[in-house]
Order: sequence, then structure tokens, then C-alpha cells
Amino acid sequence: MIAPVRALQRPQGGLAGLWLALVIAAALLAPILSPYAFDAQDLPNAYRPASAAHWLGTDEFGRDLLTRLVWGARTSLSVAATAIAISVFCGMVLGAAAAWFGGWLDRAVTVVVDLTWSFPEILIALILVAIIGPGTLGTMIAISVAYLAQFTRLTRAQILTLKGETFIEAARSLGASNGHILFRHLLPNALAPVLVSAMLATGDAIILEATLGFFGLGAQPPVPSWGGMMSAGSALVFKAPWIIIYPGLAVAITVVAINLYGDALIAALDIRQKLRRSP
Amino acid sequence: MTAPLIRIEHLTRQFQSGGGFLSRPRSMLAVRDVSLGIARGEAVGVVGESGCGKSTLARLVLRLIEPTSGRVSFDGTDLATLSATALRRMRRRMAMVFQDPYSSLDPRHTLTQVLAEPFQVQRQPLPPGTIAALLAEVGLPEGLADSHPQQLSGGQRQRVGIARALALRPDFLVLDEPTASLDVSIQAQIIALLADLRGRLGLTCLFISHDLGLVRYFCDRIVVMYLGAVVEVLPDPAAAPRHPYTHALMDARFAPDPAQRKRLAPLSGEIPSPFALPAGCAFAARCPHATDLCRRESPRLSDDPAHPVACFHPL
Repeated sequence: MIAPVRALQRPQGGLAGLWLALVIAAALLAPILSPYAFDAQDLPNAYRPASAAHWLGTDEFGRDLLTRLVWGARTSLSVAATAIAISVFCGMVLGAAAAWFGGWLDRAVTVVVDLTWSFPEILIALILVAIIGPGTLGTMIAISVAYLAQFTRLTRAQILTLKGETFIEAARSLGASNGHILFRHLLPNALAPVLVSAMLATGDAIILEATLGFFGLGAQPPVPSWGGMMSAGSALVFKAPWIIIYPGLAVAITVVAINLYGDALIAALDIRQKLRRSP
Repeated sequence: MTAPLIRIEHLTRQFQSGGGFLSRPRSMLAVRDVSLGIARGEAVGVVGESGCGKSTLARLVLRLIEPTSGRVSFDGTDLATLSATALRRMRRRMAMVFQDPYSSLDPRHTLTQVLAEPFQVQRQPLPPGTIAALLAEVGLPEGLADSHPQQLSGGQRQRVGIARALALRPDFLVLDEPTASLDVSIQAQIIALLADLRGRLGLTCLFISHDLGLVRYFCDRIVVMYLGAVVEVLPDPAAAPRHPYTHALMDARFAPDPAQRKRLAPLSGEIPSPFALPAGCAFAARCPHATDLCRRESPRLSDDPAHPVACFHPL
């Protein structure tokens, strides 16, 4: 059986998978599930706590909080996942090229990556959003650049280790071309640790996206994002604490679930050793 | 005698190491001026201590690494003159079995994928039934075709490595310590399998090993290497050694019968560093027969075609 399924069979992996499936399904089906529009204001009913009509209550404009939470999941998850996907793709190309060609290319990539690596991701992301401008696209690009160094390093280290394996020399002795060795041997063997690390980075990226949203740099109102909702709620902690609590819980539980599932995946793939060795 | 299938002429390979910010790189000759011909159907063994350059020689012969000087001809074609495409086509006719069966198979590939790879990289059609036939040839059950290498024992993996090497029916097979990573009981099985296949397929072999006993069993001719250079070529496995180093190698074996056991006379002295070879014979420091001449001048391999030896005082 394949590793992602085996990870689900572990207790913590299964529980985490269940939550993630729930959040993703809710995010996908948001327009169908909710009777309210995410930007439908109802000022007489502002600041209402949970009730039968509004399961999680309403915010300062009387908008349904659950609806906004589910639409926020759409923004937060898609931005984080897309950003990490871009980052993984570019990181693998850069890392593989550096390890494969070596020489000046490797030195250049290593220097740039090490420089980026020495700054916290949040700083890189903030600078980039400041340059590109706030919004969903800006956040996405900023997050993908912030995590680029991680995947480049990991891929490069994997390929360098694999290059010395005898089965690469064996393939060469059979007359294999460089393309064959790269795409049939090196990249498939490097893929598992990179994907697991991408899984775990997605959790961090959700937090980063929420942070940027909290600073008002993410999705612009009225489009909801978890960070933006928390930002709005932060001024109302004492008046209507649920406005900040629910998106905060959504971020926390989702990130914990991603990490738990990632751990289960590492155990299922049996690659703890590889991940520790590489970065 | 017909023209040899493999002709190695004055093959030399230099390696550099170190060379950092303030240090100059040091260089060593892993293989020094080795010349050798291998006739079609012949099995030539190369023995020597670890680090004597025998594995480097194997890789040079297949042009897996480039020589610093000298050349290797395969069936009359100088391998260095071949284009990348022509070299790839030529690789159908030569193959290698590697020492470590644990890292010589891609852990993500099934045995079917491993054995189909030679056809794939050579862009040749895979005749139906080939995988099963190859597995049967090396004594593995067909049921293993979908297993991964991790599910196999060391001996089974080495059988897969041999099947892969033989997949395209090469003329020439390089065996780089094919049994060194295996248990002694498995070693015998693998050697028997290789000897059987060699006879059936008429293979020409270059057998690299540190085990003189194995080489004497498997090979028609034995090349003894010491620190990158050939010191003696035994014309047949039973020939008496003429070089003191070969003599010491033969003497260093344990006899299984306690009654025959004699006192081992281990070589005294140190192996010179390959980075700083002495002026004279490389073996002089450890040789019981060494004279001033040996320490001053380096002996050349004698021209005697019957039994060449590089020694001023052959036994």
C-alpha cells in the first residue's frame, strides 16, 4: 500500500487526516454549504454570539462568522498550498541543477540559498510583499520565495548523496543518458523526503499567510482570510472574543493536523534519517 | 593467437585530492602505466591489496572514468575516440557486476524494472519472457519479478546484478569484487554461477578481487597489482610466483587443515603513501629480498611473454 494511505492508518495520522479532509471539503464546498454570503452585512445583528441562525455568531458587521471562516479556509489553504507547490517545483529544479552540474552554478545557487536561509521566512515575506504590494498574489509569491531555500537545499543534498550510489554508476555502465539517470533514478529517489518536507512547510506557510493577513498585507477586505479575521477581532477581544478565537483555533488545529499527518508520513515512509541528514 | 578483444596500452590515471585555500592539491597515480591484452573467451584476474588501483582499472577499461593517459581498445576500436552515442551503443557489448549488491540496485525499482533498464537505455525492444528467462538464468524464481531489492538477500541481489549485466548478452564482463560483500557460503554459489554462465555464454572476463584463491579458481591468467602498477602476470593459475609480493600474497592464506597450518610470515614494513612513492621499487620497503638497487631504481615489467615480472631479483 502506498505511504500516504499507510500514514492514515496510524492513529494520529488518521485523526489529522480526518480534520484536513473536513477543512478542505468545507473550503471547496463553501459557496454551496453556507446560506449566507461572506460579505452580507447585517448591522442590527452585529456582535451576536453563537446561535441557531449563526452557529459561530456574527462579526462587527453582522456577517456570519462560520461562513467567513469557511471562505477564509479557501483563501488561506489555497494561498499556502499554491505557494508551497511553486516553491517545491522551483526548489527541485534549482537544487537538482546545482547538484547535477556543479561548478559555478552550484556555487552561485549555494551562496544565494545560504544568504536567504540566514533570514527568517517572515522577514523575507514582509520585504517581498512590501515590494509587490499586498493582496493574494503578492502573499503567494512572497511565501513561495521565503521557502525556496529550504527545498533547494534539501533537493541538492539528496541528489548529491544519490549521485555517489553505485546504481547510478551501474546505469551509466549500461549506457544510460544523463536524462535517464536524472529522471529515472535521481529525482524519484529524492522525491519522498522533499514531499514530506513540503507537507510540513505547508503548515508553516498557513501561519505565515495568517501573519501577513493579520498585518493587513494578505487578501484585502471584504475577502475573508484567517489572518485578516483575527486582525479585525483583535480590537474586539473583550467585546466579542469569538471573532478572534474561531479563526485562531482554525489556524492552530489545521497546522497541528498537518504536522501530525507529516509525522505519520515520515514514519510510514521510513525516511527520518534522510530528513535529518539533509538540511 | 588472434587479436585480443580488449587491449589496454600504457593506461595511467591520476587523482588529485585536497587543494584548498592555502594548501596545494596532492596528486597520486591510482593506475600507473598498465598494459594488458585480454583474448576473446579468456578470464583475466586482477589481484592486489585494497587501494592498489584495481577498481580504478576496472572503471578505466569500461571508460566509466577517463584515463589521464594511455588507451583502451575494444575489439579493435579505441574507446576514447568514440562519440557519446557510439560509446553508448558499444556498452551493449560490455557490462559490469559491482561489488556492493546493496547499493548497485535502485531501491525504488522492482526487479522487472531493473532487468528492463538495459533494453530501455539502449532503446531496444524487450522481447516477451525476457525477464523470467533472465531470472531463471541466475537461479531466481519468477515470483520475485515484482519485488524490490530491499526484500532480497545479499546473494539474491548480486544474482540480480549479474542478470542485469548479462541482459544484453555482452561479450565482455567486468566483475569488480563480485563476492566481497557476501557471506562465504554465498560467495561459493555466486562464483559457481559466474563460472557456469561464463562457460555457457563464452564470456570474456576481467575479474577484480583481493582474494587470490577465488581468482585462481576462476581465471586463466592472473595480473598482480601493487600501488597502481602491474608487478607480475601469472600465465596460469597454478604458476609459481616469481615476484616476492605475489609470494607473500599466496603465503598469507590460512590453510583450513590445522595439520597443514604453518606460521604466517606477515609482511613487515609499511605500504608507501601513494601520494609520495619512493624512487625505487614501490615494494622495496616491505620486501625481504630488497637491495640497494631496488631502493634506487624502479624495475620495469620484464618482456618475457611467458611470465612477465617487475623485479630485479625474481624468485
